[in-house]
Amino acid sequence: MRQILAYLKPYIGRMTVGIFIKFFGSIMDLLLPWILAYMIDTVVPTKSIPLIVWWGFVMIVCSVIAVVTNIVANRMASKVARDTTQRIRHDLFTKISYLSCSQVDEISLPSLISRLTTDTYNIHQMIGMMQRLGIRAPILLLGGIVVTLTLEPVLTLVLLSVLPFIGWIVFTVSKKGIPLYTKVQRSVDQMVRVVREGASGIRVIKALSKIDYEKRHFADANGQLVNNEKKAGIMMAISNPAMNLFLNLGMTLVILVGAYRVNAGVSEPGKIIAFMTYFTIILNALLSVTRIFVIISKSSASAERICQVLNQPKDLVVKAPLTADSSSEDNHVVFDHVSFAYKKGGQDNLHDISFTLKQGETLGIIGETGSGKSTLIQLLMRFYDTDQGHIFIHGQDITTIPEEKLHSKFGVTFQNDVLFADTIRENISFGRHLTEEELEQAASCAQAEEFIESLPDRFDHVLTAKGTNLSGGQRQRVLISRALAKNPEILILDDSSSALDYQTDAKLRKALGQNFRETTTVIVAQRISSIMHADHILVLEQGKMLGWGTHEQLMESCPLYQEISRTQMGGERS
Amino acid sequence: MNQHQTNKTAPRPKKRYILLRLWKYLYQHKWMIFTALFLTISSNLLALIGPMLSGLAIDAIEPGKGSVDFPTVFYYCAWMIAFYAVSSLLSYILSVLMIHLSQKVIYQMRKDVFEKLMDLPVSYFDQHQTGDILSRISYDIDTVNASLSNDLLQIITSAITVIGSFAMMVLISPTLVLIFVVTVPVSIVFIKWMTGRVRPLFRKRSAKLGELNGFVEEIISGQKTTKAYHQEQKMIDRFDEKNTEAVDAYYNADYYGSMVGPSVNFINNFSLSLISMFGAALYLLNKLSLGDVSAFVLYSRKFSGPINEMANIISELQSACAAAERVFRLIDEPPEKEDVEGAKVLSNVQGNVSIDHVRFGYDPNKIIIKDLNLQVKKGQLIAIVGPTGAGKTTIINLLMRFYDPNSGTISIDGNDICKVTRKSLRLSYAMVLQETWLFHGTIFENIAYGKEGATKEDVIAAAKAAKIHDYIMGLPCGYETILSEDGVNISQGQKQLLTIARAMLLDAHMLILDEATSNVDTRTEIQIQDAMYKLMEGKTCFVIAHRLSTIQNADHILVVRDGNIVEQGNHDSLMKQNGFYAKLYYSQFETY
Repeated sequence: MRQILAYLKPYIGRMTVGIFIKFFGSIMDLLLPWILAYMIDTVVPTKSIPLIVWWGFVMIVCSVIAVVTNIVANRMASKVARDTTQRIRHDLFTKISYLSCSQVDEISLPSLISRLTTDTYNIHQMIGMMQRLGIRAPILLLGGIVVTLTLEPVLTLVLLSVLPFIGWIVFTVSKKGIPLYTKVQRSVDQMVRVVREGASGIRVIKALSKIDYEKRHFADANGQLVNNEKKAGIMMAISNPAMNLFLNLGMTLVILVGAYRVNAGVSEPGKIIAFMTYFTIILNALLSVTRIFVIISKSSASAERICQVLNQPKDLVVKAPLTADSSSEDNHVVFDHVSFAYKKGGQDNLHDISFTLKQGETLGIIGETGSGKSTLIQLLMRFYDTDQGHIFIHGQDITTIPEEKLHSKFGVTFQNDVLFADTIRENISFGRHLTEEELEQAASCAQAEEFIESLPDRFDHVLTAKGTNLSGGQRQRVLISRALAKNPEILILDDSSSALDYQTDAKLRKALGQNFRETTTVIVAQRISSIMHADHILVLEQGKMLGWGTHEQLMESCPLYQEISRTQMGGERS
Repeated sequence: MNQHQTNKTAPRPKKRYILLRLWKYLYQHKWMIFTALFLTISSNLLALIGPMLSGLAIDAIEPGKGSVDFPTVFYYCAWMIAFYAVSSLLSYILSVLMIHLSQKVIYQMRKDVFEKLMDLPVSYFDQHQTGDILSRISYDIDTVNASLSNDLLQIITSAITVIGSFAMMVLISPTLVLIFVVTVPVSIVFIKWMTGRVRPLFRKRSAKLGELNGFVEEIISGQKTTKAYHQEQKMIDRFDEKNTEAVDAYYNADYYGSMVGPSVNFINNFSLSLISMFGAALYLLNKLSLGDVSAFVLYSRKFSGPINEMANIISELQSACAAAERVFRLIDEPPEKEDVEGAKVLSNVQGNVSIDHVRFGYDPNKIIIKDLNLQVKKGQLIAIVGPTGAGKTTIINLLMRFYDPNSGTISIDGNDICKVTRKSLRLSYAMVLQETWLFHGTIFENIAYGKEGATKEDVIAAAKAAKIHDYIMGLPCGYETILSEDGVNISQGQKQLLTIARAMLLDAHMLILDEATSNVDTRTEIQIQDAMYKLMEGKTCFVIAHRLSTIQNADHILVVRDGNIVEQGNHDSLMKQNGFYAKLYYSQFETY
C-alpha cells in the first residue's frame, strides 16, 4: 500500500490545493446549520426582518461557495486519480512485459491479467474516493463535533458517548463478514467452473445424454452459492439498522439532556435544533467513513497484488562476455551438457543434452508430448536459464548476449502461437516495418499467399482475436510467414505445421529448402514426414537424448524411431 | 464455424418488456413481496414520525429557566426511543427478507440460464465464446441481483419518504412548503439533464475499460511471441494508448459525475436557507412554533434526500436492464428442436448407416456438403480424410444430430434419425473427440461418466484396456485422484487415454473417433492400438485421422475436399485412381 501511495508524491502540490479547497467547501457545509441556530436564537428575538433576510442571504452565499469549491475539488481529485492510475498501470505493464518466463509461470497468466485490470481499477476507485470522501467525511465528522462542542459542549459529549458502540458494531460486523465473503467468492469460482465445463464439454454431455446429471450438478453449486451469499448478506445487514438505532438513541438523549440544560438556563432550544442538523451531518459522515474502510480494505489487497509484481527482481541478467572460444565459432548452435527443470529440485525436464549445428543445417526434433521438445527451444531463446551446461551461438554463451540482440537472430513460431486482433499485414510484420516485397515473399514461402490473395482485403484483412476467423491451417501459415520475414539467422518451427495437410506441408518444406539455405532451422514435429529430411534428427524421450543422426542412421540404430516410422508411414517406401 | 453471428440484427426488446419479465420472476414469490412492501411502508412511516416527535419534544422545551415541561419531554422521548427501535428492527427484518427474496430470484434465474444452456444446440457454443456465456451467468445476473435487492426497496422507500415528508410539511406549514415549488422542479430538471449527459459517458467508460481488458488479455497471453520478436516497447506504447483512453473516459465520466453530489447538496442548502429565512419570518408573525421550524428543517432534509438518490437509482436501473436483457436473450435462444411426436427409441442397434442425398451448410447460404451418399454395413470401418477445414467434422456433427441436414436423410438400421429420440440416437454411439473433455472430479467419475452404475471393476478394466491403469495407480490417490484444470500433472496424451477409457465403457454399437489419437504420442499410440482395435471390433466405426497409416485398413475411405466428397473407395482402389487421395498419400514422402 505504501508503495502505491508513493505514486501520489508528484501530485502532492495539486492534492494540497485540492484538499484546501475541499476543506474550505466542507467548512461552508458546516457553517450553514450554525447560522441557522444563530438566526433562531439571536436574530429572531431582535424581530428585524432585514436582518433575517441578510443572514438568509449569507446562507445562500455559503451554499454557492460550497457547491463551487466542492465541484472544483472533486475534479482535481479525479485528475490526480487519473494520472496516478495511468502511471501505475504503465509501470505494471512495462514490468510484466520484461518479466522472465519463469516469473510469469510462477504468478500465472490469468492472475497477471486480473492484476493489470481489476486490481488497478480498484486502486483507481480508491484514490478518487479517498480524496473525495476521505477528506470530506473526516472534516465533516470532526468539524461537526468541534462546532457542536462550541455550541453546546455537554450535549456533544452526550452524542459522542454513542460513538464507541457504533465503532464496535462496524468493527465486529466487518470482521465476521470478511471470511463469509471469502467463502462466497469460493462458491462463485465453483459455479463458474461448472458452467465452463458445461460449455466446453457440450458435445460429450449431449453424446452421453448427461444433461440431467449436469443440471443437478449445477443446482448443487448454485444452491451452495446462494446459501453463502445469504449468510454473508444477513451478517452485513446488521450494521446499518444498528448504527441508525444508536445514533437515534443518541439524539433522544441529546433532547433529554438538552431539556435539563434549557431548564437550568444554560442552553437554548435553537441550539438543540441546530444540533439536529449537525446530527444528520455526523451520521452521514460516519456512514462515509465506514464506506472508506470497506474500500480501503478491498483495495489494499489489490495494492499488495500489484506491488508483488512490481517488486519482482530482475531475472536473466546478461553476464559479462568471456573470451570467446574461437575454435567453436564455425559451429552455429551448440548445446553443451544442458540440463533443466521447471520445478527446481523436481525431475529434470531436459537432461544432459549436447549437440552441434553448423550454419544452414536443419535439425528435426521428434518425441512424445512432454518429452522436452518445446523446453529445448525455450532454453535456446533464453526464456529460461539452464540449470547446468551452456548454450552457445557462434561460440558465444547466450547468457552473455543482450536479450534484444539474441532474439533478433530468431524467427520463430511457437506451439499454439498467437495472432493479434489486427490486419494480416501487422501480424506478419509485427512492428518490424517490412516492405511490401518482404511481406509477399514471406507469405509466398509460407504457402500463405494463395489464401491471403483470396481474401477481399488481402493483407489488410482484419483478424479477430486469436485469429478465430481463419482455419487452423491458415493461422499456422500466417504464423510461419511471421517467422520467415526478415530472413532470420535461426528459424524455429515448433509444431507449427500440424494443421497443414501433407501436401501443403511438403510444399512448405520445399520452399524452405530453396530460399533459406543460410538459415539454421529447428523443426519440432509429431509427424516423421515433417522432419525425416533434416540434416540431424534428435529423438527425445522424457528429456533425454534417445537418438541423434539422420533418418537413415536412426532407422538402423534407434528402435523408438523405427517404431514411430512404421506406425506413421505404414512401412518404409524407399 | 464463426462465419455467422446470430442475433446481431434482432431488435432490442423494449425496456418495459424487460421490467415486466423481471417482475414475473419476483411475482413467483408474491407473499414475500407483499410482506416486504408492508414492512417498508411501516418502517418508513415510523421513521417519519421520529422528527415529528422530536419537534413536539423540543416544543415542550420552552426557553427560559425552569419553564421546561418535563413530563411532555419525557413522554415524547420515550415514544421516540420506541419508534426508532421498532423502525430499526423492522428495517433489519426487511433486509433479511429481501436477501432471501433476491437470492431465490437469482437462484431461479441462474437455473433457467444453465438449463437453457444445456438444451441449446451445439451450434450456439460454436458461435459464442465461453467467456461471454460465463459473464452472463455471473456478472450480468449479479448486476440484476444488486439492483433488485437495493433499488426496488430504495424506490419504495424514496416514494414513501417523499410523499410522507411532503404531507408532514404541509401539516406543519403549508406556506413554507411553497419554497419547494421552486427548488423541486430545479432538482428534477437538473437530475434529468445530468443523467442524459452522464449516461453515455459512463457507457463509454465501461466500453473503454472492456477494451483495455481485452487488449491486456491478448497481449499477455502472447507474451513469448512479443519477447521473441523483441516488441515489448511497441506493445507498451500500444498499451499506453489504450490506458490513456481508459483513464480519460473514466475522468470524463467523473468530471460530470462529480458535479451531482455537490449540486444536489447545493439545492438542499439553498432550500434550507430559504426555509430558515421564511421560517424565522413566520415565527415572528407567530404563525409557527420553534419546534415546527426544527421539524420542518428535518423533514426538508428527508424530502430532498431521495431526490439525490434518484440520479443513482436511475443509472443503476439502466445497467440492470442492460444486464437482464443479455440474460433473457440467452434464455430466449431457440433450443434444440424437440423430438418429433411419436419419436422411436432406437434399441438393439445393428449399425447399418445410410446417408442419402444430404446437403448441408452451417450457414444456409454457404453449403459445405453438397450431395453426400453413403451406405455403411454394420461392422465396417469408414475413414474420412482430407485437408483441414474441408468438412470432416461436419459429417460427424450430422451423424450425431448436433446439426440437421438442410435436405436429405440419414438413417440407422432403416430408421430416419430425425424420427428417433435424440437421446437414443446419441447413446448408440461411443465417441472420442480430439479435444479431451474432463471435468473437475475424480478419475473414477470421469471414466464412469457415460455409464451410470459402472462398477470399480468395469472402470479398471476399461483403464487397463486403454493402457492408463498403471499411470493411475501411480498417482497418490489412484482412481480417487481429483482432476482439476490446473492441478495434477497430467499430459494431453494421458487425458486422451482417459477419454478413450471412457468410450470403452460404453456398450454402443457405433463408434466415432475424431482425431482421437492426435494428442497421444506415437509410442503410446502403438501401445493402445490393440485396445483400439478391440474397441472397434464388431462396431461400425467412423474415423477421422491425419495419419494415413490408420486409414489404410479402412473398408471405405471418404476423401473430403472443400466440403465435397471427391473420392470414395478403399485404399487400393483410391491409389489406383491416382487422384487427390494418391496425391495426399505421396506428399508425405515428398523430398525437397
